[in-house]
Amino acid sequence: MRHGKYPLIIVFLVPPLLLYGVFVLSPYLQAFQISTTNWLGYSAHADSVGMANFRTLLHDGQVWNAIKNNAIMLAVVPVLTIVLGLFFATMLNMGGRKGRAGVTGVRGTSVYRMVYFFPQVLSVVIIALLWKEVYHPNNGLLNGALRALGLPAPTWLGDPRTAFWCVLAVMVWSNVGFYVVLFGAAMSAVPRDIYEAVMLDGASRWTTLRRITVPLLWDTVQVAWIYLAIAALDGFILVQQMTNGGPNFSSDVIGLRMYETAFGSESKFGYASAIGVVMLFLTLSVAVLALRTARRDRIEYS
Amino acid sequence: MNRREILRRTAAAGLLATPAAGLLAGCATSGGDDDKGDSGAYKGTKSEQNPLGVKEDAPLEVVIFNGGFGEQYAKAHEAMYKEKYPKAEIKHSATQEINKTLQPRFVDGTPPDVVNNSGAGQIDFNGLVSQNAIADLGDLLAAPSLDIPGKSVKDTLLPGAVEVGSYDGKFLVLNYTYTAYGIWYSTKTFTERNWQYAKTWDEHIALCKQIKAAGVAPWTYAGKHPRYMSWPLIATAIKFGGPSVAVAIDNLEPNAWKSDAMKAAADAWYQIVKDKYILDGSPGLDHIQSQTAWCQGKAAFISCGSWLESEQAKVTPAGFNMAIAPTPSLGSGDKLPFEAIRGTAGEPFMVPAKAKNVAGGLEYFRTMLSKKGAQDFTKKVSSLTVVAGATDGIELPFGLTTVVKALEASGSNGFNWVYNNYYRKLERELVDAACGEFFSGRSTPAEFLDQCQKGADTIAQDSSIKKYKRAA
Repeated sequence: MRHGKYPLIIVFLVPPLLLYGVFVLSPYLQAFQISTTNWLGYSAHADSVGMANFRTLLHDGQVWNAIKNNAIMLAVVPVLTIVLGLFFATMLNMGGRKGRAGVTGVRGTSVYRMVYFFPQVLSVVIIALLWKEVYHPNNGLLNGALRALGLPAPTWLGDPRTAFWCVLAVMVWSNVGFYVVLFGAAMSAVPRDIYEAVMLDGASRWTTLRRITVPLLWDTVQVAWIYLAIAALDGFILVQQMTNGGPNFSSDVIGLRMYETAFGSESKFGYASAIGVVMLFLTLSVAVLALRTARRDRIEYS
Repeated sequence: MNRREILRRTAAAGLLATPAAGLLAGCATSGGDDDKGDSGAYKGTKSEQNPLGVKEDAPLEVVIFNGGFGEQYAKAHEAMYKEKYPKAEIKHSATQEINKTLQPRFVDGTPPDVVNNSGAGQIDFNGLVSQNAIADLGDLLAAPSLDIPGKSVKDTLLPGAVEVGSYDGKFLVLNYTYTAYGIWYSTKTFTERNWQYAKTWDEHIALCKQIKAAGVAPWTYAGKHPRYMSWPLIATAIKFGGPSVAVAIDNLEPNAWKSDAMKAAADAWYQIVKDKYILDGSPGLDHIQSQTAWCQGKAAFISCGSWLESEQAKVTPAGFNMAIAPTPSLGSGDKLPFEAIRGTAGEPFMVPAKAKNVAGGLEYFRTMLSKKGAQDFTKKVSSLTVVAGATDGIELPFGLTTVVKALEASGSNGFNWVYNNYYRKLERELVDAACGEFFSGRSTPAEFLDQCQKGADTIAQDSSIKKYKRAA
């Protein structure tokens, strides 16, 4: 069989590599080239302008405003999602203690687990439309509830003070479910006897979480951190569907800026590519930073 | 599966859009084929019967925006074309994503012959024009009308139809529908409640007071697309200061947005914000949500174009009888009478410069602009066309009859502005944002005009955007 190995490998590997090269790698590289032109997208004509697009970008208030919003998302979304995800996963896996021996979740764990996962099943566009109606200032679920309680009913997505945070909340909401399952799976890999020993020592739930669960789950948390950090630099679909960056650019993000520049209100593909290239480096640096800062020793159960 | 989903989003976050732009640019970077010449173009012999020189067996490709008007009307026009040129094969397609569908073909130099460049996926005209991607329609204007004897196509068009599609004096874009922009109300509600549409601003405010006292919000608007409110505001200014107000704005003249007329108009409109004559929560509504609230009788007035009736057809109660009205006059000093209304051609069609069958595309437009073609369109989609008198003898829905009457009453006093065509970003992003702040009460009239002016200035200073001058 040995003599037939290489043809086989080549037959199986060449097509995917070719596809990957043509449809993924070459556009990536071209984006760099296009970002140095003034291409307007609807003719084969483009002049090279060197670094001019990047210089414009440095002084583009709209882009900086979008980057600022992404920076806030980067600071808030991962922390909030991970904290909530850890909390729910803990409750589902070892929250129930009363009157029973051993480590179990709260009552109805299987139902909760399913419900938390719902948002993952929905497409992002559906989530956005759903929440757009929830935030409807007059007929929405949220304001309906607030009015029933006799509380003031804000306009949510229509107010620059709240619109961004409303979108951010949806971002967290739609992500938490997945991390509950992720952390839950990691927790079930932790040997039960560790928890039983901790319980015998009389540790509170908080101590158990802080001293046992989180350190043992650190690898998973780190992965979650990187995924979420990258997601926080995106947010394009939610923002475009829910607020389209408004009111008054208060919920703008870099992805939307890029889209608007190329496909939306302008057709500056060269400049949009420059924004894309900047976004690529931002995402890469955030991912690398997250990996570096979260590095710790790996624990192996044996 | 979900890890994969996240990985996909990851890719999307930083990269996906970049390669998307990059991928489409494949041909841009290969370059060199900029001028293929006319070698592959279809040309026939010009004659009296065939003034545009259509090659009778040349295929014609038509791409229609599949939006509010659907695509059936286009199929009817294509059938009419085919009747005249039975040997021509017509390829019809309809999409909602004009830009994404056609961009690669523009770059490749093989665009279709007729494009209905409309909708949210519209290709920015400034970009197209500055890249010389659109064919000159001048021959079409000079050609005789298909079925209105003794008139050239140009003579059959309503006033302003040619100006809207012209860039630097060249007629490039055929805007097929004729749209009036004004203030809408339900004649049924007004009759029942004994309200009278006000002709001056002071009376309008008094009426708003009366409406509010009756427990109805006087106004609502599309808070997510607040530019809808820039229309009546600018209209008020133009009626006060004359059409030069609009010309200054269109030509990006310094401080055009801060002219006395604009100041007067902004001050006037601020009254409905200050006195809370706007439905609570409007800033958080999109256009459909606000129009629906209006149809449900929660608000008395809304600003919109004449597509409103068909857009709301499904949710409008029977007998609602919506009517359009011009904006109230500021006072007796207004340069234009109360009846003056903004009428403009919309729904853009173009023939790409590199289309194989340019003559066929122009001839297709001639078919659309024939009386028969225009009447068929109006019957099918309940919308007016730029062909004058094409509604004669057609029964129109209630709202549209009020539009026809309003346009007739307005006559030669009608006005328009085109900065939104020249500089899409200025209206859709910058003025839009300023209107959002203003009509939700977060900025004063002075701050509002300031923000608009700043937006116009950034466009004026951006050397990468081609500038156009409007004659008058």
